[in-house]
Amino acid sequence: MQTTFPRLLLKHAAERGAAPAMREKEYGIWQTLSWSDLSAMVEHIACGLHQAGLQRDEHMVVVGANRPRLYATMLAAQSLGAVPIPLYQDAAALECVFPINNADVRFAFAEDQEQVDKLLEIREKCPQLSHIFFDDPRGLRKYDEPGLASLEELIAAGKAFAALHPEFFKAQVEQAKPDDVAAMFFTSGTTGNPKGVVHTHDTLINRAQAGAEFDRLTSSEDVLAYLPPAWIGQNIFSYAQWLVCGYVVNCPESASTVTIDLKEIGPTYYFAPPRVFEGLLTTVMIRMEDAGTIKRKLFHYFMDLAKRVGPTRMDGKSIGFGNALLYALGNLIIYGPLRNNLGMSRVRVAYTAGEAIGPDLFSFYRSIGVNLKQLYGSTETAVFVCLQPDHEARADTVGIPCKGVEIRVAADGEILVKSPGLLKEYYKNPVATAEVLDASGWYHTSDAGFIDAHGHLKIIDRVKDVGRIKGGANDGAMFAPKYVENKLKFFPQIKEVVAYGDQREKVCVMINIDFEAVGNWAERRNLPYAGYTDLAQKPEVYQLIQECVEKVNADLSVDELLAGSQVSRFLVLHKELDADDGELTRTNKVRRGFIAEKYLPLVDALYGGKQEQFIETVVKFEDGRSGSVSATLKISDTKTFAPVKAAA
Amino acid sequence: MSKQIGDVILDVNNISLRFGGVKALTDISFNVREHEIRAIIGPNGAGKSSMLNCINGVYTPQDGNITFRGKTFSHMNPREVAEMGVARTFQNLALFKGMSVIDNIMSGRNLRIKSNLFMQALRVGPAAREEAQHREFVEHIIDFLEIQAHRKTPVGQLPYGLQKRVDLGRALAMEPQVLLLDEPMAGMNVEEKQDMSRFVLDVNDEFGTTVVLIEHDMGVVMDISDRVVVLDYGKKIGDGTPEEVRNNEDVISAYLGTSH
Repeated sequence: MQTTFPRLLLKHAAERGAAPAMREKEYGIWQTLSWSDLSAMVEHIACGLHQAGLQRDEHMVVVGANRPRLYATMLAAQSLGAVPIPLYQDAAALECVFPINNADVRFAFAEDQEQVDKLLEIREKCPQLSHIFFDDPRGLRKYDEPGLASLEELIAAGKAFAALHPEFFKAQVEQAKPDDVAAMFFTSGTTGNPKGVVHTHDTLINRAQAGAEFDRLTSSEDVLAYLPPAWIGQNIFSYAQWLVCGYVVNCPESASTVTIDLKEIGPTYYFAPPRVFEGLLTTVMIRMEDAGTIKRKLFHYFMDLAKRVGPTRMDGKSIGFGNALLYALGNLIIYGPLRNNLGMSRVRVAYTAGEAIGPDLFSFYRSIGVNLKQLYGSTETAVFVCLQPDHEARADTVGIPCKGVEIRVAADGEILVKSPGLLKEYYKNPVATAEVLDASGWYHTSDAGFIDAHGHLKIIDRVKDVGRIKGGANDGAMFAPKYVENKLKFFPQIKEVVAYGDQREKVCVMINIDFEAVGNWAERRNLPYAGYTDLAQKPEVYQLIQECVEKVNADLSVDELLAGSQVSRFLVLHKELDADDGELTRTNKVRRGFIAEKYLPLVDALYGGKQEQFIETVVKFEDGRSGSVSATLKISDTKTFAPVKAAA
Repeated sequence: MSKQIGDVILDVNNISLRFGGVKALTDISFNVREHEIRAIIGPNGAGKSSMLNCINGVYTPQDGNITFRGKTFSHMNPREVAEMGVARTFQNLALFKGMSVIDNIMSGRNLRIKSNLFMQALRVGPAAREEAQHREFVEHIIDFLEIQAHRKTPVGQLPYGLQKRVDLGRALAMEPQVLLLDEPMAGMNVEEKQDMSRFVLDVNDEFGTTVVLIEHDMGVVMDISDRVVVLDYGKKIGDGTPEEVRNNEDVISAYLGTSH
């Protein structure tokens, strides 16, 4: 179906105008906006923007939380052939300068005073930014800045214009072609300026459709839009697929009411990064610990059952009559109410993506009957590359290629993708475009991975981080540091891990314990400790961590490719790795190179076969003072396992 | 960004208040203009809360009178004061801890509810309609104070900073013309203080409500008030814009002490 977003809107308004398009909770009540209401609103905004001078192919920034008017403004800009650029509402003012100047933005939509202040603050740096329209007038009444106007006024002006020129809007919508640019998303590069990923109506709609077909989405789905609209994931789920399928997008009242709104709406199609699922699980667990004895016992009994048989059941396989009966009982008294409490009673399809999800976390949701699955994609691919089919969800793969996608694994392990949803280009950046899009149309993901025996894609690490073991028993084996680190980090006792092994004969890791989890564990065992450094060096803690490492080794040994990445030695660090000390990035990723230099004696001791090593480190406190921490760290050897050749 | 400050709405004339031999307030006079934010500051025991209690009608001063909107009273009656459009919040929070946020704020609508107790209890036609209207107003306050996530939470379970906000919400539910705030930011951290300052400014801005506030945090007072009265040992020692007060010798010595 070759179409554009505004045409889809008009189609819904014509065919099912009275059906709800969006809901927004305001003053405690869910207010519904029908497709015809929405279409009228978009027409008025579009006419208003046209009068204000928004040109075809011009870019317009929208910044704010998920609100009907933000979506309507995006649609209005697209109706005029202009290109909306959603920006992150929590970005600092200075971070908005580059996108605005890069795309010569004159027009902006801002949700409220906070966003307006941000745009006004950078106005000197962006002199061309001449029109700012705000949705929520609160606190803005007294602002007297040139070019600042309320969306209310714009809509009123547009309404008057539309009354005089009733055919204008439709004619504008007709002019847009499916291959025209529909939207631009800025991705934050780790280095240098962000890059504007350009997508056409066709790339976004094509992928939205592929995803919708895969999960048989209909117009009766309910979605809660609570992640930033600037993130392509949210944009696909609550914009592209919304317009393709015609389902209802619900906007929460505020960021702090999301969990309440989730319960009230009971979405049928749900998306969240792993940390959201983890947060929900933690709240449940804490509240269960505070519950009465009978409730707690019941909960644990049925959760054990769910853990045993739940995932098998979700895979559509038989769990035996007895278990099925017990599970049905559990569903009645535990799983059902629990799903309801999480706001997931009606969830038919739930996705997680963005980062690796822990197997326990993943199977928790599946075991209580939530159809949680994983997908693989990025801004550049308009999300949908791989998806897990309903009965084949695994924690360690990301699914099978969906409709229209071709996948190839390059010689260096990099995953290459060919799909109708690939980006058109990086805006004004042909060099970067050429780096990721080759002449024959393959997109280079810079992720390393492979297709497993069941045809599922498995992501291992970033290509540039994947190394090789050199010398020793596993000479030449693949080493994927992030993969090993993640596997260890899935244990609640382990907070951070740094793995080394590239160009070395074995893999060694430095571990940060999770102070809260291990501290709690120590208290329950009456193990006294004086503080972090002391706790980290307790022989009991080493024993605990050793067990974790050996479990990971056992797991890795089954993996043909990564059996050589098993951990031979480890130590537990005496201080927490900290972004203030430069050991982590601001997004909490470990900086392996920096840490290796800083803790050189430790790395040498790990590889030199020593049993302990003294280290002194300078630490920076939050108030800017610095001090030093020193300790003698023990180093433990761990059991490794002979690779098990998979009996394919 | 200048607002229109109007005529004098509240005029305090030569107020003196004694508890037995203790002189809480001695011959205090000052006025409050419409739409302004007026701060009362002073060291501990200076008589700030007593002053508010006199305006509010909780205490009856022995001497002096108070003129509100052209009418002069030698003593105020709390209910009359409330009916005239003066609302207040309390230093030590006087909320109904077991009741939800909505019910607490709803209680601020009490004076404006016309149907009688029986009609309300039975929820018959007009009473139910009226309740819905008041509930809508309360929802606007909840939205204004950004406490949507806590609508149904019993107030006692909320952190202190949020309880303060509910207290303000209940005062706003009266649709007051004058709002008396007794240390709205006491015991708050910097971020909570910033939030509260923003709400006070927004109330003043959006609804044109006149605000009289007692506050200890000098930074806050200097930032948000239009005029400041300074009390010390029950006497007025300064009155003027924040700038004038900051340079007033008596004020400096009251706060910092003097070398004798």
